[in-house]
Amino acid sequence: MAVDESSIGSDRWRRPSPRLLVLRRLQVAAAALAALGAAGALAVVAGTAPGLACAGVAVVLGLVAERIVRRRFSAWRYAEREDDLLVQRGVLFSRLSVVPYGRMQFIDVTAGPLERSFRLATVRMHTAAAASDARIPGLDVEEAARLRDRLAELGEAQAAGL
Amino acid sequence: MHPLSPIVRGGRATIAVAVLFVPTVLRGGDLSDSYVQLAIAAVLTALGFVSWLVTRWRIDGDDLQIETGVLRRQSLRFPLSQVQAVDIVRPGLARMFRVAELRLRMGGASGSTARLAYLPEREVEPLRDELLALARGDRRDEGAETTAAGAEERVLTTVPTGRLVASILISDVGLVAEAVIAGLVVTALLAPAAATGVVSGGAVWILSALTLVWRRFNQEYRLSVAEGSDGLHVRSGLVALTAETIRPGRVQAVRMVEPLLWRQLGWCRLEVDLAGRQRSKGEGQGERRALRAVLPVGSRALAGELLDRIVPDRPREQSRAPRRVRWKSPLRYRMIAWGRTETCVATTSGRLRRVTCWVPLQKVQSLRRVQGPAQRSLRLASVHVDTAGRNLHATLRDRDVAEADRALEQLTVLARDARRPLGSPG
Repeated sequence: MAVDESSIGSDRWRRPSPRLLVLRRLQVAAAALAALGAAGALAVVAGTAPGLACAGVAVVLGLVAERIVRRRFSAWRYAEREDDLLVQRGVLFSRLSVVPYGRMQFIDVTAGPLERSFRLATVRMHTAAAASDARIPGLDVEEAARLRDRLAELGEAQAAGL
Repeated sequence: MHPLSPIVRGGRATIAVAVLFVPTVLRGGDLSDSYVQLAIAAVLTALGFVSWLVTRWRIDGDDLQIETGVLRRQSLRFPLSQVQAVDIVRPGLARMFRVAELRLRMGGASGSTARLAYLPEREVEPLRDELLALARGDRRDEGAETTAAGAEERVLTTVPTGRLVASILISDVGLVAEAVIAGLVVTALLAPAAATGVVSGGAVWILSALTLVWRRFNQEYRLSVAEGSDGLHVRSGLVALTAETIRPGRVQAVRMVEPLLWRQLGWCRLEVDLAGRQRSKGEGQGERRALRAVLPVGSRALAGELLDRIVPDRPREQSRAPRRVRWKSPLRYRMIAWGRTETCVATTSGRLRRVTCWVPLQKVQSLRRVQGPAQRSLRLASVHVDTAGRNLHATLRDRDVAEADRALEQLTVLARDARRPLGSPG
């Protein structure tokens, strides 16, 4: 991806845990398998030809989804700078957020059941602006805790009024 | 609280009840048919009365404390240092009873509003001045002096009624309403039968269009802006009077809107955005999302004068977008521009109407660079400037990638420096 960060590119970027990619791929695989199962049922009910066609479509869609998931995964990255957090995301719409620590209102660390079974968590920074968008998914639980503590500490040190 | 509060709070319901029952009583008929309605009205009145009875408020140090509720006792504390604006609202009925409501708009993501409804009219203004003084951090015993100081003010502008009417007639809302009415008249003339059908079918739409027009007129009738020691005072209203005080340094963003038709006359509209949602139970739909108009309609010179007070150090010139933006947004291309000074960023955009936003860099919450697929193929990117205001989005639209990156970096640094001296915890 040709995204040019002339000045911002020099920072140390971190990425979500590779386990997030595994999780996303498994989700795609599960959906594809379900579709394949449905295709199998269709083959029994309506004959082999439509069943095969459906299975083919399911496989192709699954492969496409895998590719999208992989690219989306590799688009996520974040960097802690001296005064702000950078979060980049998105393949089609690429977004780079700069959130100053001093503007942070609170931090959310969430982990759904699937994420938990992969020992992952999502960290989200909230500012007073509703449009601010600083979410980092699929962090190691330890990394999430570290980031949370670090952000809270920095936020307190640099807090500014509205 | 004033003893008449429950009645005024009931507002329209009270009027409806009166309208329902007065003719019956006058005719001397008995009320036996309407026992149910009477009972409901009585219960509602009693509930309103009870809620008035248990509501208490006081100023406790730097907090305003409101206690309310019977079953679920609620004690609300509003730290006065975080007050964004103080409004005095007097709906029509409240004016009849000489009472007024005081509204304190707080900052913060949950954006709550403290309402004191209703207080006697003559107590409201001194109380507002006192609250504002406390919000500034003065001690309480100095309240008496600040009352006198608050009274000194200089009227900056008043909007002439004729111009307001004309401006509404050619505004977007007004044009829709006119089209609806014209359509109705035409159908009524051509096919009276069809017209009744249209009216009954689209009654909701017609009504809402008319309400919008009326609300705008009602809210902005004789709007005047004055400069006081404690901020800008904005007063307006035909039936419901509102008086707002906008504290200096609390404005998150300002925008100037110039619709296509207004531009021919050199008119524009100036709106400010404050932190905190203006949302509470008693407020109408329109009030919820509308920005506060400081100047409903006026010449550019007048707007510039007001802007000088709100964002003193604003960029004088803005740089245009690269020519290739024409392919992506042909209508917007002519409008898109942005500029900045050390403390303020300005952006212009819009299709038919021109919208210019000014954001003090002190107020920037976060910055985002966004690049969509069409923008990527043209090597463009947008930079969004997020503020705590709810309704304004300043966006440096469709800049060259290199320029967008440079702007992002510069604005980040400038916003940081602008924030630094401001040490108050927020």
